[in-house]
Amino acid sequence: MNPKRFTVLDLLDLDLKEHDALELRCIGGRKGLGREISGPDINRPGLALSGFFESFAYERIQLIGHGEAAYLHMLATQDGLTEIHKIFSYPVPCFIIANGDAPEPQFAAAAEQADCPILASKLSSTELAARLMRVLATVFAPKTSVHGVLVEVYGIGILLTGDSGVGKSETALELIERGHRLVADDVVEIRCVSGNILMGSGANKVIGHHMEIRGLGIINVTHLFGVGAIRDKKQVQLICKLEEWDAAKVYDRIGTDEMSDDILGVRVPRLDIPVKPGRNIPIIIETAAMNERLKKMGYHSAREFNQNILRWLESESARAVYFGRDESI
Amino acid sequence: MIEKTTVIKNRAGIHARPAAMIVQTAGKFASRIFLEKDGDRINAKSIMGIITLGASYDTPIRIIAEGPDEEAAAGAVEQLFIRRFEED
Repeated sequence: MNPKRFTVLDLLDLDLKEHDALELRCIGGRKGLGREISGPDINRPGLALSGFFESFAYERIQLIGHGEAAYLHMLATQDGLTEIHKIFSYPVPCFIIANGDAPEPQFAAAAEQADCPILASKLSSTELAARLMRVLATVFAPKTSVHGVLVEVYGIGILLTGDSGVGKSETALELIERGHRLVADDVVEIRCVSGNILMGSGANKVIGHHMEIRGLGIINVTHLFGVGAIRDKKQVQLICKLEEWDAAKVYDRIGTDEMSDDILGVRVPRLDIPVKPGRNIPIIIETAAMNERLKKMGYHSAREFNQNILRWLESESARAVYFGRDESI
Repeated sequence: MIEKTTVIKNRAGIHARPAAMIVQTAGKFASRIFLEKDGDRINAKSIMGIITLGASYDTPIRIIAEGPDEEAAAGAVEQLFIRRFEED
């Protein structure tokens, strides 16, 4: 899906915050920072260090915790250098030493010789493993990029799509002006995490949170509207497709039938919203967002409305029968 | 559908001005036009999209056009790259 290689350097470069922070730094084998990390799995190299190399998952990140560190110390003090050198004969992407431990000098020397990067983190091996799994799952998650604007309106992530020039950015601008948030304009990168969550974000940090408004040029939303007007990522929960008003097309007038689009195998509800002078699109989008929240809370306006009508019609006919106004009885 | 491969030959790469030139040129055609770099495909009629590619000097770019005037569209966009966006 993604032809770009993900290297050890890319792992160090990831901008991770709070509970995702890995606190990694490179302490050796810098020449090998271009080695590719090919998958999201990690391996504890205990068995390989003890000389058992069958099914050694050398293509994974190797995580060294207290146990492995103690074993390496034992090897180093008892001249077990052949095992250490043997493990470096495999094209391991990198070793990560947890708990802020310093590597054994012999181990570090062998890594330097083999140009195999060694990273260190202060985190405990369990915590580091959990964070690495989470971070790598996101990195290797299936991803796609779509043309549109991702905004957060009343807590709902709405992807505005539509042809060039239909007014996606202008609609987003008014939503921002009304206190909602911009996630990404024009190119929205969507990753499918945990199999069913579509996480949308801007494709590029450097030019993120800028918008192109025809007639104005490129504007910096963060500087103009403040940090309250932006967020880095948001789940895509609703698609609003803006399109030129087409008199021949039948638009949904009730809202009981739901349309949806497929993004990376996940179904996202979609609304087709016709654009026409005099229709205030931002307010329609706001209402759609609130309606979507109601639906998530279990209240479906259109269905509930229809249920009430059905109930009322039922009671009307019951009344007719009771008062004998129905001629057929 | 028509595909052309070209290489960025102006030193500065595709910054705001070349991106605007591409958008203006692409906007004259009815065809859907895309640029592709390392498998990332973006709409050539969107200025932020083109800048997002982060296409620097000597990067190979694929131009893909699809529609009634695809031949002319791909050719016109390719010309911009060949003329180095009137830079250097």
